[in-house]
Amino acid sequence: MSSICLYLHVHQPRRIKRYRVFDIGRDRDYFGDSSDSDVNNARVFEKVARKSYLPTNALLLELLNEYPDFKVSFSITGIFLDQAEEYSPETIESFKKLVDTGRVEILAETYHHSLAFLYSQKEFEEQIRLHADKINEHFGVAPEVFRNTEFIYNNDIARAAERMGYKGVLTEGADHILGERSPNFVYRPVGTENISLLLKNYKLSDDIAFRFSQREWSEYPLTADKFGSWVNNVNGSGEIVNLFMDYETFGEHQWEDTGIFEFLRALPSAIYRHPDNNFVTPSEAIGRYTPREELDIPDYISWADVERDLSAWLHNDMQQDAIKSLYEIEDDVKLSGNEELLSDWRRLTTSDHFYYMCTKWWNDGDVHKYFSPYESPYEAFIAFMNVLHDVKLRI
Amino acid sequence: MSQKPLKVLMFGWEFPPHNSGGLGTACLGLTRALCDSSRGIDLTFVLPKKQETVNMETSFVFADSYPVSMKVRVVDSILSPYLNTESYKDYYHLLSSGDKSFYGNTLFDEVEQYARRAGAIAEEEVFDVIHAHDWLAFGAGIHAKEVSGKPLVVQVHATEFDRTGGNGVHGHVFEIERRGMAAADKVISVSSLTKNIIKEKYGIADEKIEVVHNGNDMRIRSCDGTKAVSSLQILKDKGKDVVLFVGRITLQKGLEYFLYAARTVLEYRPNTVFVVAGSGDMAEQMMRLTAQLGISKSVLFTGFLRGKELDEVYDIADLFIMPSVSEPFGLTALEAIDRDTPVILSNQSGVAEVVKNALRVDFWDSDAMADKIISVLSHPSLAGELEKNARRELPHISWASAADKCSLIYRTLVAQSIPTMK
Repeated sequence: MSSICLYLHVHQPRRIKRYRVFDIGRDRDYFGDSSDSDVNNARVFEKVARKSYLPTNALLLELLNEYPDFKVSFSITGIFLDQAEEYSPETIESFKKLVDTGRVEILAETYHHSLAFLYSQKEFEEQIRLHADKINEHFGVAPEVFRNTEFIYNNDIARAAERMGYKGVLTEGADHILGERSPNFVYRPVGTENISLLLKNYKLSDDIAFRFSQREWSEYPLTADKFGSWVNNVNGSGEIVNLFMDYETFGEHQWEDTGIFEFLRALPSAIYRHPDNNFVTPSEAIGRYTPREELDIPDYISWADVERDLSAWLHNDMQQDAIKSLYEIEDDVKLSGNEELLSDWRRLTTSDHFYYMCTKWWNDGDVHKYFSPYESPYEAFIAFMNVLHDVKLRI
Repeated sequence: MSQKPLKVLMFGWEFPPHNSGGLGTACLGLTRALCDSSRGIDLTFVLPKKQETVNMETSFVFADSYPVSMKVRVVDSILSPYLNTESYKDYYHLLSSGDKSFYGNTLFDEVEQYARRAGAIAEEEVFDVIHAHDWLAFGAGIHAKEVSGKPLVVQVHATEFDRTGGNGVHGHVFEIERRGMAAADKVISVSSLTKNIIKEKYGIADEKIEVVHNGNDMRIRSCDGTKAVSSLQILKDKGKDVVLFVGRITLQKGLEYFLYAARTVLEYRPNTVFVVAGSGDMAEQMMRLTAQLGISKSVLFTGFLRGKELDEVYDIADLFIMPSVSEPFGLTALEAIDRDTPVILSNQSGVAEVVKNALRVDFWDSDAMADKIISVLSHPSLAGELEKNARRELPHISWASAADKCSLIYRTLVAQSIPTMK
């Protein structure tokens, strides 16, 4: 039999507004752009809520009501929830309705979608706790399975998650870590005893997340029936198919007119066409399937790009300069006892700020790959460093 | 390739080493790439007067050896492509009466003489297509077309609107430009920015205009690999940051915005020196402005630099700024990148269309310019990434690809102009 684990990642960064050197010492509203640009966080949030969160959640609720076995799971960042409170309370309400069905699991992660694990173990754990509190406050549940920012993972992260009491970790089923192995089993991280590893089936996940609307793709158009038959092919050679993707796949990355909502609506019945198939949450998968074998992953992996490494955030000198300068002042910010200052500093830990400074696609001329509200990686760096300068002055 | 060699008759105005700016550099870069044997192009380059030229495989014809009915003895021209009619008059009045007889009375007479000689040249030369650079040579191109019936390509490196910043456009120059573009079978513009001006101000149809961006050719400049020993080195030794402007000091180049930005930068980083390499009709005015802004001790006017001297200031500079009000292309930005200097480009420049790894500003936004200057000087990681990544782009901004596009334009026109057999 095959279990399908559908997991969606829900996140919106707080983008830094255009912040000039002249604003240092004068303006603390780093994230409060109110122009009609793409760094206007309210504007972006309201747009994505309209196109993606509200219609997708309505559809998921329909599916949960219609199919008693259907399940879906989310990771929802703390800064997403903060912004939803401000800009779209109805979005939070719609997530609550889903969680209230009892068949929607919420995962643990860093509150600010940060790279803290790489720079500060202390901040990493603090952000996970802050996040757990926030999830409990809104949804009355305690996360039991962990996912790190951007699926960044290695053996050490599994051990840290195990120490914090989590029973599972999600990450990318990258070819170079799997070798001949299949992503369609549960694994055990090397050197751990009580924690399981769920690996993204990137081929099937990306068929939906990236290729769904690509007309040049030989499988275009992708119907739920066709996709269901691919999932069925796993029967006999695997136990679980992990469909992990960004929530915004539905309605934002793939617009409504691509037929993505019709696809999602038809997906459960296409999966159930094979009587052995069912849907599971990550916790259920971990409870149901014994780890197949140990996986040793000493080097960092992620779910980003072809490289599946850290280069999208930490490749160039600007990225390194920015993140080191940020974590250098962590202790001073915390010692200051200034909660507002700490909150602003934490908002700067969000990985997206460093992603916007990435030059690797910019160089290749592959600009369409560069999802950024800034004119260039250089502008992103300038805004970040000017804000960081102001933060330092406040210590 | 078994393509039949294609013969191009090209009309220019200046050519290195006797060039006063980017037009000559661009003509050299383009012709050298066109003459690459793999392209199957034979090129004859016509200049208005006898001069020594850099050694290359192009044949040169000097129009001053062709007698014309105007019976003017031609001597070295006093013209440069950047002279306007007013400054021509100034020069003309300074000449002794004996010298005056050798010149046309006005710039337009000079241009007209060149055009008439072009007709004579066209009668003697054998060619398939004509290519004329900028308004000074457009008349020559038209005459050559009238005499030969061959297709005419005119290339616009700058329009009167760029040169004057839109203020005081000279009607007669505009008319010569317009007539050249109208008579041409194809108009080449050096950027999309210029293409828009050609469409909007000159009324030329979109489909008649092709954008062919300029390229960069390191061989053009004296590049002996030695690092700067210039007197400016003393600034670096004193720990100063050097911000560089290179260009003619005219309305078009936007130096005043650079100076306004300088004043702001100096409030934040007093240890910065601003170097202005160039000369022009607004030099005195800009020096006065520098004094009025109270920043004279931090701004150095070097005068016009070329060759090794220019390379040295590029090397010394920590940052190059192109604040142009209207810059059809902007070859100096590529030169700066070639010397490993990060660049800030005016959004109103053609080069900003092809260089991605640069900071950009609207020329009038001196605050944005100052913000970016301060950022680059404050963060070596930013300067380093700009420099490294822009340098990586240079091989893709080549005269070879400009020549490929020109070559295609020629062959298409020639194919169309051959009457079909009935």
